[in-house]
Amino acid sequence: MSTLNNEALFHYITARFSDKVVLIAEPYGLLTVETNRENIIDLLEYLKTVNELQFVYLTDITAIHYPDQEKQIGVIYHLHSLKHNIRVRIKVFLEDGDAHIPTATGLWNGANWMERETYDYFGVMFDGHPNLVRILNVDDMTVFPMRREYPLEDPNRVDKKDFYFGR
Amino acid sequence: MQNFPSITDTDTSVQSELSTLNLGPTHPATHGVFQNVLQMDGERIVSGVSTIGYIHRAFEKIAEHRPFYQITPLTDRLNYCSAPINNMGWHMTVEKLLNIETPKRVDYLRVIVMELARIADHIICNGVLGVDTGAFTGFLYMMEYREAIYEIYEEVCGSRLTTNIGRIGGFERNFNEIAFAKIRKFLVDFPKVLKEFESLFNRNRIFVDRTKGVAPVTAAQAIDYSWSGPLMRAAGIDYDVRAMNPYSSYQDFDFEVPVGTTGDVYDRFLVRNEEMWQSLRMIEQALSKIDKEDPTIFHADVPEFYLPPKEEVYNNMEALIYHFKIVMGEIETPVGEVYHAVEGANGELGFYLVNDGGRTPYRLHFRRPSFINYSMYADMSQGMLLSDAIINMSSLNVIAGELDA
Repeated sequence: MSTLNNEALFHYITARFSDKVVLIAEPYGLLTVETNRENIIDLLEYLKTVNELQFVYLTDITAIHYPDQEKQIGVIYHLHSLKHNIRVRIKVFLEDGDAHIPTATGLWNGANWMERETYDYFGVMFDGHPNLVRILNVDDMTVFPMRREYPLEDPNRVDKKDFYFGR
Repeated sequence: MQNFPSITDTDTSVQSELSTLNLGPTHPATHGVFQNVLQMDGERIVSGVSTIGYIHRAFEKIAEHRPFYQITPLTDRLNYCSAPINNMGWHMTVEKLLNIETPKRVDYLRVIVMELARIADHIICNGVLGVDTGAFTGFLYMMEYREAIYEIYEEVCGSRLTTNIGRIGGFERNFNEIAFAKIRKFLVDFPKVLKEFESLFNRNRIFVDRTKGVAPVTAAQAIDYSWSGPLMRAAGIDYDVRAMNPYSSYQDFDFEVPVGTTGDVYDRFLVRNEEMWQSLRMIEQALSKIDKEDPTIFHADVPEFYLPPKEEVYNNMEALIYHFKIVMGEIETPVGEVYHAVEGANGELGFYLVNDGGRTPYRLHFRRPSFINYSMYADMSQGMLLSDAIINMSSLNVIAGELDA
């Protein structure tokens, strides 16, 4: 079994994308890179198809909401190369109100439901998705419930307020 | 998907009409809350739409408002047929975040519990597959041993279905002698029944005719749909998280990863049966490994994260402080993000945890194998007979709790 480590992997990525993909960190050994929505599909396709990499397995797509950032919505992809047994995490940050990103369903059919779930939770619009409708929540829901502005607890309860214990 | 020859009339000179069938949400043949709106041409499915979310409980949202130790009961309710694997997966995710190294004995005890859970899950899936093809006997024989496994859980943690077993850093209490005795008894009794079960089914003409060649999935399709677990292995890809990214000292164990060739219902059945044998092997190995470890160790020595025993809390100042801090979510946690995957009974169960150092996770995402495996169902049902679609769903082993989270 050949070995591919994070350093070599990032080298492969920069060789093709130069500064369009930036290294964020390697938390707990998992290479995490950031790119933008113009390059995300190219990057995914490159990782999937290049013979030395072969990230053929889409582990997960999800999103995260940072209301204090300028680009509030982060879309997060986890890929896994079954040949080299290495994972990679890719992040794309989008501005709220313009949370559009091209769909990955052209590369993996499995992305279909993952993107629907992400849309359902955060309102991320995956352009080109064949059927971008809610999947877990009711169809006539008007909000995207996983965003931070929708609190879970009863707003009248004071014992769970952040100022007592921090978040 | 299947590219079965669709028998829908293309001859426009003949009047034709499709009928709509609501399969579910509560249908006795689907074992759970699944709705599929099917367009039927006689007995053939022309197209289908899966509707899910009937038991969506917003666990990811709830998890953003709970301290780490309170999230364990949420994970119970994902795949409730093998709750301990979910619990352990969550503990290990937090341990990875906190850089806690667990003693070997804890790892081996965890392996025992997780493999028992895998057996319990496969008992249900394969037993019910038998029921769906018309053979009730095997299910009845095997079900008794799920009870035996639940009794082991009960001895270890006090509960049976939604176990909340273990704590961050180890177990809440040591395994007692009765638990070990019950595990040993299970290792003696269950193989006979599993053998009998296999001899009832594996070469049973009716069962084989009913399952072989039904819903075959190629390796390429399995990867394309991000399948994992026994389903993917039945399609011929030997991807098993336990072997590829060992956790909880799985690298110390000698086991095989069974793979199928065609990915059809019969292969999935065989793969699950073989996995039960491998699980038994691993439990046996774990028991002999545990004998060599210090029998008093059942958790890591991390007082700031491991909930202290109650008598300590009442009599020891430090324990009281730690107890308060853990219960109030005031423990110091590093800022960071971690993805940890375990091999659930249905496939890769992943936890993506983003922590900002607060009381609760900033974001917690569950990569739920049932959710991802099920996304192919409507596509693969096209052109299939309704009766085949039923046993196909049965062998996908989609658990509603894990599907909807």
